[in-house]
Amino acid sequence: MGESYAALMPTNASNWIAVWRRNFLAWRKVALASVLGNLADPITNLFGLGFGLGLIVGRVEGTSYIAFLAAGMVAISAMTSATFETLYATFARMDAKRTWEAILSTQLTLGDVVLGELVWAASKSVLAGTAIGIVAATLGYASWPSILYAMPTVALTGLVFASLAMVVISLAPSYDYFVFYQTLILTPMVFLCGAVFPMSQLPSSFQHVAGLLPLAHSVDLIRPAMLEHATSGGAALHVGALCVYAVVPFFVSTALFRRRLLR
Amino acid sequence: MNMSTAAIDLAGVSKSFGDKIIVNELSFSVARGECFGLLGPNGAGKSTIARMLLGMMSPDEGKITVLNEPVPARARVARVRIGVVPQFDNLELEFTVRENLRVFGRYFGMSARKIEAVVPSLLEFARLESKADVRVAALSGGMKRRLTLARALINDPHLLVMDEPTTGLDPHARHLIWERLRVLLSRGKTILLTTHFMEEAERLCDRLCVLESGRKIAEGKPDALIDEHIGCNVIEIYGGDPHELTELVRPYARHIEVSGETLFCYAQYPEQVRVQLRGRAGLRILQRPPNLEDVFLRLTGREMEK
Repeated sequence: MGESYAALMPTNASNWIAVWRRNFLAWRKVALASVLGNLADPITNLFGLGFGLGLIVGRVEGTSYIAFLAAGMVAISAMTSATFETLYATFARMDAKRTWEAILSTQLTLGDVVLGELVWAASKSVLAGTAIGIVAATLGYASWPSILYAMPTVALTGLVFASLAMVVISLAPSYDYFVFYQTLILTPMVFLCGAVFPMSQLPSSFQHVAGLLPLAHSVDLIRPAMLEHATSGGAALHVGALCVYAVVPFFVSTALFRRRLLR
Repeated sequence: MNMSTAAIDLAGVSKSFGDKIIVNELSFSVARGECFGLLGPNGAGKSTIARMLLGMMSPDEGKITVLNEPVPARARVARVRIGVVPQFDNLELEFTVRENLRVFGRYFGMSARKIEAVVPSLLEFARLESKADVRVAALSGGMKRRLTLARALINDPHLLVMDEPTTGLDPHARHLIWERLRVLLSRGKTILLTTHFMEEAERLCDRLCVLESGRKIAEGKPDALIDEHIGCNVIEIYGGDPHELTELVRPYARHIEVSGETLFCYAQYPEQVRVQLRGRAGLRILQRPPNLEDVFLRLTGREMEK
């Protein structure tokens, strides 16, 4: 049993690239629509909340609300891009489009495929994060080099949420079940993790729980990078926590996919 | 058969889902360069066997060896030298024909230069040269199947595993695929194909295994199976009461099968049977040489669903 599970793992450090390149080719054909679609939502939120709410709120943690929110939006968009790519596009490739079936008839393993999909989803997070960062920097809400500093965290955040969504699609019988994950897990996380308002506003018991959630670690890394503050609570701890959130679901989802696809 | 010369070897393989037995203690061996058919109706376990050969499903019991590799343990290594034509097309519909081949070559770790070197010959093989830059979504069913076949050849495999390669194609497209498969056999490839088309099995397969409910009910060369189990002419009779007709022709028949409203009469001297039926209005009589359909009917007492 353990041996056959090990046989599913990525066979080398580069096989997954073929899967990534397949997705990149497919994306290139619809790139413009994809970029616009991915950006419209976070940028609308940034302006709507930033300007509208920002007037009432005033300054937050020593900065303007829109600058505070811009950093949160980068984290949120990294989360949603990777999540939606995985829930909808990866699910289609795994299920209805039979893309995975074709790939698994070659020399690639299930682990290679899952890894390629994860890195691909993280790449889309980087794309979305970069675009919002550029908007924020252009408007003067973040410094240019700080966007660059935030990118490793954006990529890691993409991996985390792609990995978590991978578990969801390995279990979901159909698209209809994704809504539970979105409304019961992701939406609360947006409000709990300090992306749109400081976590200190929450009751202290909530703060303890929220501090464990992956988005909180992302926000705690991205916001100081973009606002050029010191990271609270130690960057290593946040990075470590995000790595656990990325790696554990990878192994869990690969085992679940095996049960679903290779029986 | 010597293990080192066999392309595929199954020994006592069983597979169940819950309490439903899909494959039941199946053993067979496929020699290199041979075209071997798994013939049976839907639900006989053909696709399950194909998936087990590729390591995409594990047997509950028994041993599988493919190209000298134990499967599923080392299926990945075996798959490097296997080409797969799945039952349902899983091409990239938004990609062009050429892009489909290119992307698939990369899954085998082939370099861009190596892929570009083989693509022209694959396009020619699939007779898709003029469609190289057309999106797959715009191709006909027969063209898609030919592309799937070309794609399966990109890694220059020793063995091709084909699950119902011509199901759903019109006769013209089907004949073209058969012709292409014969070319591959002449190049020394080993082919394992599953089918429920008797004609396909008879035309292509050197040997075949007839399956029913996951069990092997016969194995051998198509004409040998026909000789062994039938060995005489067949007269199909419809348009009358089959039971009444059975009594009428029984003395002259070696064997009789009734399936639905058709009577299959197997007779050494078909003229004697025809004399009995002469003058009976409304009967339609068809005399023909025996085929695998008759073998299946003989062995199972029922016709294979088409």
